[in-house]
Amino acid sequence: MSGTQTTYNDKVVRQFAVMTVIWGIVGMLVGVIIAAQLVWPELNFGPWLHFGRLRPLHTNAVIFAFGGCALFATSYWCVQRTSHARLWGGPLVPFTFWGWQLIIVLAAVTLPLGFTSGKEYAELEWPIDILITLVWVSYALVFFGTLVKRTVSHIYVANWFFGAFIIAVALLHLVNSAAVPVSLTKSYSAYSGVQDAMVQWWYGHNAVGFFLTAGFLGMMYYFVPKQAGRPVYSYRLSVVHFWALIFTYMWAGPHHLHYTALPDWTQSVGMIFSLILLAPSWGGMINGIMTLSGAWHKLRDDPILKFLITSLSFYGMSTFEGPMMSIKTVNALSHYTDWTVGHVHSGALGWVAMVSIGSIYYLLPRLFGKKEMYSTALVTTHFWIATIGTVLYIASMWIAGVMQGLMWRAVNADGTLAYSFVESVKGSYPFWAIRWLGGVLFLFGMLIMAYNMFKTIAGGKTQDIPVPAPAGHHA
Amino acid sequence: MSDFVSDFWNLYVIVIVLGSILACAVLLIVQGKATFTPGKTMGHVWDETLEEYNNPMPKWWSWLFVITVVFALVYLALYPGLGNFKGMLGWTSTGQHAAEVAKMDAQVKPLYDKYLAMDLKAVAGDKQAMEMGKRLYLTYCMQCHGADARGAKGFPNLTDADWQWGGAPEQIVETISNGRMGVMPPHDSLGAETIKDLANYVRSLSGLPHDSVRAGKGQTAFAEAGCVGCHGADATGMQALGAPNLTDKIWLYGSSEATIIETITKGRQNKMPAWKEFLGDAKVHLLSAYVISLGAK
Repeated sequence: MSGTQTTYNDKVVRQFAVMTVIWGIVGMLVGVIIAAQLVWPELNFGPWLHFGRLRPLHTNAVIFAFGGCALFATSYWCVQRTSHARLWGGPLVPFTFWGWQLIIVLAAVTLPLGFTSGKEYAELEWPIDILITLVWVSYALVFFGTLVKRTVSHIYVANWFFGAFIIAVALLHLVNSAAVPVSLTKSYSAYSGVQDAMVQWWYGHNAVGFFLTAGFLGMMYYFVPKQAGRPVYSYRLSVVHFWALIFTYMWAGPHHLHYTALPDWTQSVGMIFSLILLAPSWGGMINGIMTLSGAWHKLRDDPILKFLITSLSFYGMSTFEGPMMSIKTVNALSHYTDWTVGHVHSGALGWVAMVSIGSIYYLLPRLFGKKEMYSTALVTTHFWIATIGTVLYIASMWIAGVMQGLMWRAVNADGTLAYSFVESVKGSYPFWAIRWLGGVLFLFGMLIMAYNMFKTIAGGKTQDIPVPAPAGHHA
Repeated sequence: MSDFVSDFWNLYVIVIVLGSILACAVLLIVQGKATFTPGKTMGHVWDETLEEYNNPMPKWWSWLFVITVVFALVYLALYPGLGNFKGMLGWTSTGQHAAEVAKMDAQVKPLYDKYLAMDLKAVAGDKQAMEMGKRLYLTYCMQCHGADARGAKGFPNLTDADWQWGGAPEQIVETISNGRMGVMPPHDSLGAETIKDLANYVRSLSGLPHDSVRAGKGQTAFAEAGCVGCHGADATGMQALGAPNLTDKIWLYGSSEATIIETITKGRQNKMPAWKEFLGDAKVHLLSAYVISLGAK
């Protein structure tokens, strides 16, 4: 059915790739604002720009707007290139783009106005949830429809991860967002009490596991071997760590509810599966980094590869930290402190953002008919600024978090608390200032990227790239 | 008590948890037995250059996986996790909490018992006791009464000599132990004019600026409307009821005419929580001594 005249649908990839950078700047700017509000509380202006309303805006913007657009762009590119087929779905394809942008805009309007379902990372109210469902089902149809009409016999490993991410996120969204609407802008969760908390964290941790891990591993499995020009290190490792990862992640949620009303047995099950998750997570890191074995010299002067390989290092670090923090005794210290915030950002900035940035830098020149980015030197600058920003962020949060945990549990000889809560807040100020600085650096890096992107686009012209004829493949 | 509505769910949890852990091990073992050709690719090519080596999984990685699986099984034998099975160590999170509390209580008991045996006034004069009392105060009391114990609107200042419920040592112990319920009933039925007269009268008692004609009418109303029942004919209050002295220039809710009118019209309800059950006699004793030491300043 496909001939040489068929071309790839790169228009939607272009749209999502550009919006990845735009939403990245917006989401990280909101992050910088709320980080500043913790250092200078006077910056909380009115109810709309208050920390409590901007924080969910930040998380939604960076996860679903920035991360989501990056996943759409890279998965659409990857599934076409590795299936040797044009995107299936006709009008469903632009619907996923415009629908997703509408969802983001609705989030940016409703969250500051105070419309929220109160569920972390799923705050959007029910009409938006329905729109998300429609877009997501369309996304699944487009993705799997394209896979079905592939002209190569095997499904490339990156597509396993993208596919698992799409299916799991659909399941998570449908179950967790189940709610009883009372008006157009207000609904109540279908669950109550500890069940609601458990459903929430089953969703919450799998949002990390599938949205922020499986999807981005799919990205890694395409762009790392492509950019390195080397075969993936081990096919068998990818099989084992894929199945182990998607199977085990589903169990890890209860570690968010240690020492709460959740039954002890549930907490234990969450903890042991979080520990088992260590090896499957590291499987992805090993497969990515070892792909470079024999070509380490490329790391020296290829900033895109620097982004990709550094992202895998942060991935390895945070997937070691995660299982450790899921151990009850460690969690007793780390829970509710800034350590958790540092851990999340080690994954979010170090892993998710860096692998996305690297992948988008790979895509942009190819999408706009150029050989390379407008300025490779600026990509290198972006890399170093982003790395320093990430390190400042996570190191300050580690120190602040451990300090808070130790202060909260410290007791005097007479059994009274050694510190009042506000003393731990006071002690955290310098570290919150460093965290803010780290965020500013990371945001500054994104602005450099935007400049580089627009310069690249300005000089380029888009062209339709033909899909290779079925006879041309080796599979 | 079981966490499950029926034995089925207990079994379901056990089977699915163990099955899932073993599935991880089986996956690792079966896939580890594949034929490997290190340094050679699998023979598939995607998008012109994408290939995969047929390398084995790193040994250290496989062992890491095995270790976590073994750890999980051992943990489930020792701790609760498999449905209703309590684990061989009999550990529970509530049990851990109770044990930690009991351990700390036993550790600090001699210290508190020493002061419990002493007279409150003597405790109030003891330096170490007052340091402990201050820490207890900063943990349990400052949320309402303030870090400096000077209170806020609706929360009494503990550093002045004014005691709504009595400042004798045994009265302070009683206040902290069993709490207090303060009720000023609403008097909106008196009508706005009379209430304004009353407000001017009580302001005159504190030497605050007032309309003396209204204050004169208010004095009559004070007796006729029943205010004297609680606040007394001379308006100096009644500690047994917690009725404040209206002549001492100390105003729990504020002394402006508008605030006093609001107090008379709508009434006030206030509550000091009871601490005896939560803190125990010894800590209440220390806190009482600390509060006495505050008032003595």
